[in-house]
Amino acid sequence: MIHLRYEVDGSDFVSCGKASEDVKRTLKNIGIPSEIIRKIAIAMYEGEVNMVIHANGGLAEVEILPDRITIVLTDTGKGIPDIPKAMEEGFSTATEAIRELGFGAGMGLPNMKNYSDDLKVESRVGEGTKVTMSFIL
Amino acid sequence: MENFRPVFLESDRCNGCVNCMKRCPTEAIRVRGGKAEIMYERCIGCGECVKVCPTRAKREYYDKIEEIKRFKYTVAVPSPSVYGQFKHQFTDTNLILNGIKRLGFDDVMEAAEGAEYVSAATVELLKKQTERKLVISSACPAVVNLILMRYEHLADYLSPVQQPEEVAANLARAKAEMETDYKGEEIGVFVITQCAANVMQLKESPDARIDGVLSVKELYFQLLHEINELTASEDTLIQLATATRLGVSWGSTTGEAMGLKTDNFLAADGIENVIRVLEDVEHDKLKSLDFIELYACTQGCVGGSMNVESPFLARTRLRRLRNKLPLAQVSVKDFGPYTRKNEYRPNNVFKFSDDRATAMKMTLEAKDLYARLPGINCGSCGAPSCMAFAEDKVKGRLKGAVCKYIGKP
Repeated sequence: MIHLRYEVDGSDFVSCGKASEDVKRTLKNIGIPSEIIRKIAIAMYEGEVNMVIHANGGLAEVEILPDRITIVLTDTGKGIPDIPKAMEEGFSTATEAIRELGFGAGMGLPNMKNYSDDLKVESRVGEGTKVTMSFIL
Repeated sequence: MENFRPVFLESDRCNGCVNCMKRCPTEAIRVRGGKAEIMYERCIGCGECVKVCPTRAKREYYDKIEEIKRFKYTVAVPSPSVYGQFKHQFTDTNLILNGIKRLGFDDVMEAAEGAEYVSAATVELLKKQTERKLVISSACPAVVNLILMRYEHLADYLSPVQQPEEVAANLARAKAEMETDYKGEEIGVFVITQCAANVMQLKESPDARIDGVLSVKELYFQLLHEINELTASEDTLIQLATATRLGVSWGSTTGEAMGLKTDNFLAADGIENVIRVLEDVEHDKLKSLDFIELYACTQGCVGGSMNVESPFLARTRLRRLRNKLPLAQVSVKDFGPYTRKNEYRPNNVFKFSDDRATAMKMTLEAKDLYARLPGINCGSCGAPSCMAFAEDKVKGRLKGAVCKYIGKP
């Protein structure tokens, strides 16, 4: 098993994606099929952006097993009050300024769901959010 | 298969600095024993190492013009960026083409003419895109190679249409066979190009028979002389120019997209900008676009390492010259005849092993070593980054290289 751990810097979302970039390279080293790498890259990138926009950063952990990859994103942000609502395409609580920059289109969690084989979102308002995504190899 | 070598090192000139190694977008260069070594299986022919080398130790591979003597009838196929290499008095495609003919060719066929067919075929391709519309240009062979190596999963977006030089070479050969009594082997078609990637692509093209690929910079002074002679003489020029504004525009960035009847395109040049755009495509951020035009060189093909003029000035000249040309557009019924024979074959050069368990074990080893490295990518070990050093270690590619911070790994 390979375990990767990244602190996601919450101060600069324009340059975010560093963790998913390193994960991508690692998966290439292992020889994971490219279509799966792309799904993981998109889902993880969306997760990183979410943590930066909504929670001032957090922790990204990746567990690689021979048959499965699991990504756990943990933050101590404000939490999601209504998870089913947050899962709807186009629903967004991002500020106007963030949307101006092309982020916060309300596709983050929906994309993470679409591109992963399993998505679990746990959240407590005021305490933080934990997103677990699994990909079957 | 033996890898084609688009660039090579003149070892005596190399002083072992790390400029080329740090610049290479596929981490294909290592410095061993004070000399730059190229891992050719990773070389995409972008020419960045040539441009950045302070001692001119990196050279592009191309054919010599003497090769044309092997043929009874020869046709030159100059790339569109060639037109931007001459001073303002010479901004006339027909004059430049007559100059090229005087280098010893029997005829000239503009790659710009081929480009117009590529544009027309791409218009048809875009019409047929229904499920997923985005198409990435395949005009820059360095970008195509980069995608196949670093962004394999974007290979499906690449346009299947041939290169302008390939289409033009086929037109040239057909014209020669129709208008003369020469056949097949007697006819030599020679592309004159600005970049190593084009040489690499065209020398092994399955889509056109190209007998040689020459470099602009090697022919430049002779060509300038011929153009001066032509201008001074009273001789009337032969009408060789056939390409219109759209074809000639291909010499610099956005030139290709101009012919596509859509304004929903993005164009970027310079290898680091290309990478930025490809990262965005990968993250699904650009799927609303119709077309993406990408060039490894600054300002597009005018920035090729085998051109002589500054890419910025060349682009200005190309613009002035092209605006004198008529705006006409060819059309084709179907893009099929202009499709590449070979499918794009992704090439993951970063994979440690074909056996996943072994690859995972090696990845763990590399990660362990990486954690001990300083992470400053100083390059003094002869690898472009600490990660590349760790990867080299597990691949057995270190050849005695040591990290100046931790010593022998």
